[in-house]
Amino acid sequence: MATDKFPVEGSHIMMFARSVADGNQIYYDADYAAKTEPGKIIAPPTFAQSSAQFDPDYFLRPKLDEDWFGSGKEATGIKKEASGSGGGGGGGGLHAEQHFEYHRHISPGDVLTAETKPGKTWEKEGKRSGKLVFSETITEYRDQNGELVITARGVGVRTERPVDQ
Amino acid sequence: MALAGKDLNVGDTYTECLVEDLKRTQIVMYAGASGDYNPVHTDEKFTKEIAGYPTVFAHGMLTMGMTGRMLTNYVGDGRLTKYGVRFTSQVWPGDTLNSTAKVEEINDGLVNLSVETTNQEGAIVLSGYAEARVD
Repeated sequence: MATDKFPVEGSHIMMFARSVADGNQIYYDADYAAKTEPGKIIAPPTFAQSSAQFDPDYFLRPKLDEDWFGSGKEATGIKKEASGSGGGGGGGGLHAEQHFEYHRHISPGDVLTAETKPGKTWEKEGKRSGKLVFSETITEYRDQNGELVITARGVGVRTERPVDQ
Repeated sequence: MALAGKDLNVGDTYTECLVEDLKRTQIVMYAGASGDYNPVHTDEKFTKEIAGYPTVFAHGMLTMGMTGRMLTNYVGDGRLTKYGVRFTSQVWPGDTLNSTAKVEEINDGLVNLSVETTNQEGAIVLSGYAEARVD
């Protein structure tokens, strides 16, 4: 998995900050940001996750030429004969862990690449959801000069059945 | 705005209410901005009938993002060097979340924090750590 071009843009940062209910002016007001320690608009700490928008193959975004597994008229748009997966459950499992290391904070104008490599996988027996299969991915975000700016490590988990409530 | 190491003590805490009565629209906003359109977060019909959950639930990353706001309000803009979490319970529409950072260690211009976000029932929904530069 790779994202060749993740342009960091001011309006995307503003929308992302709103989406995490963060009203800090440094995320949308360039005049205010100029007077802060970073001296310019920066991205909120978890913004790198939105590189998914620029990953052409990201599987949790509907594609023009593919069936989408979310509901339309029926509960899932995946046609029975089109897929042998039997419904797909939670659509890719749940997010178990996320870690970021910031080598520098990114700003509008940066153009990043993201390269994702698989990490460890392991299994565990869960009380509330049966067998759990964990898998780790490591993503390196580099800027337009090839400098490493953020290292991200994510852990996803697939559960045998939905988590008991 | 940023923290001064000399003013910090191990065990100091900082707490913020992240959200009261989490709205479904907030979850939709997060899906749109982040690009994670997994229907379990916004599509009630799919989530009940196919995924097998009682209703839609928040992205873990929405909770991490809101918890990040608590952290940057505490340590200052552009000061975080590390931030990592484990998602320990799902977050549902209507939840009220509070988040606390606790000073664990102060060393060489860096502070290490433990981070915990809980819901209205006191259940931990996110636990983790952060590291930030201090003056």
